[in-house]
Amino acid sequence: MLAKRIIPCLDIRDGRTVKGVNFVNLRDAGDAVELAEAYSRSGADELTFLDITATVENRGTFSSLVRRISDHIGIPFTVGGGIRTIEDVGILLDSGADKISINSQAVAKPSVIDSLALQYGSQCVVCAIDARRNPAFDKDGKEGWEVYVHGGRIPTGREVVSWAQEVYSRGCGEILLTSMEHDGTKGGFALDLTSRVSQSVGIPVIASGGAGVMEDFIDVFTTGKADAALAASIFHFHEIDIPELKIFLSQHGITMRNLQ
Amino acid sequence: MNITIVKYNAGNTRSVLCALHRLGYEATVSDDPAVLCAADRVVFPGVGEASTAMEYLKKTHLDEVLVALKQPFLGICLGMQLMCSHSEENDTTCLGMFDVPVLKFPPDTGEKIPHMGWNTIETKDDPLFSGLSENRWCYFVHSYYVPLCEETIASTEYASVCFSASLHRDNFWGCQFHPEKSGSVGEQILKNFLEAL
Repeated sequence: MLAKRIIPCLDIRDGRTVKGVNFVNLRDAGDAVELAEAYSRSGADELTFLDITATVENRGTFSSLVRRISDHIGIPFTVGGGIRTIEDVGILLDSGADKISINSQAVAKPSVIDSLALQYGSQCVVCAIDARRNPAFDKDGKEGWEVYVHGGRIPTGREVVSWAQEVYSRGCGEILLTSMEHDGTKGGFALDLTSRVSQSVGIPVIASGGAGVMEDFIDVFTTGKADAALAASIFHFHEIDIPELKIFLSQHGITMRNLQ
Repeated sequence: MNITIVKYNAGNTRSVLCALHRLGYEATVSDDPAVLCAADRVVFPGVGEASTAMEYLKKTHLDEVLVALKQPFLGICLGMQLMCSHSEENDTTCLGMFDVPVLKFPPDTGEKIPHMGWNTIETKDDPLFSGLSENRWCYFVHSYYVPLCEETIASTEYASVCFSASLHRDNFWGCQFHPEKSGSVGEQILKNFLEAL
């Protein structure tokens, strides 16, 4: 049976792992390569590496860091941040990434999703969607959410569920859905939003933003219908250890890949 | 030991190189028939689309070279699918080391496609799996599958289909999952491919 995945996220700035609250107020969380290796050993199912300042500073992701990380881990590895062209993706895949995550560029030029899926296969194209509540998008009694880009700085006027359906129909293989409202707050995931997105597309959805306690993961895999859950600070700062979390989730009937 | 990874326009060969390096082996990446024929082990990784990959293999005549190889040969993911007879992915004729077609997952099961993530494999007795622990989680990412057949040495289940996770005939092995990305289980399988065959 396919396991639900637990994915630590390494937000990278200048080669260091950082973490903020609601996308700002970053603090240092350690060396990226050391963290990646430790996670790979301790039972993380996958790693995500986001060069969070790449888009803002308009430069490519550090492929050399990707290369160093891939030398040290034996689990799948997604890389995002600042990806603009097919060539950028080629460089990252050649550097050891298994999947690439695009966000701002996908919104700016949606056809890039089609091109990437054709060139490299849907399985390696992850669309990251940063979502924030916007009552202007409320419809049929359901809360409306708006897509944000450029590290959560710029609203796009796009509604999240319809954007998720569009990236799916264009050949995206997986969605990384982050609630900016919940990010770093440790108050639980955006369950209603995650469940709606997950049920409106035929590809896996990774829920991100808001993990605080182990019970939050039960909720996101059951009520939230997520296929994977991503978190950063609670793992980096050892508030929750992944092996312990996976045992806890297994005991609550959620299929997990346990190392023991 | 002389390990060669087949160079073609599909596949992230670096992941395989890194995995072999962690096991203490270095490999070369080549599309030179002489180099491939002289290798002790050949790895045929693959990520991408079947028809584009086959087109490239035919254009470079690697198709004829690969099927004639006699040393232990391991196809991974798309690599294993390309070793089958035919793929439903863009109606592609493949290399044919395994006489079995590659099919698309049925679209109407309510399960998400691709089959992406960690799944368990049920293994038969094969040297590729010697020394594996009971805990057999492997990492899969694919939208097409190889049905169970005579050459099946491991199976797994997704979207109401039980299918081949691994194949073996003569000197040819295939893994639908990615041993290079399957943690310690994958490491053991790669180690077996290098040392136990």
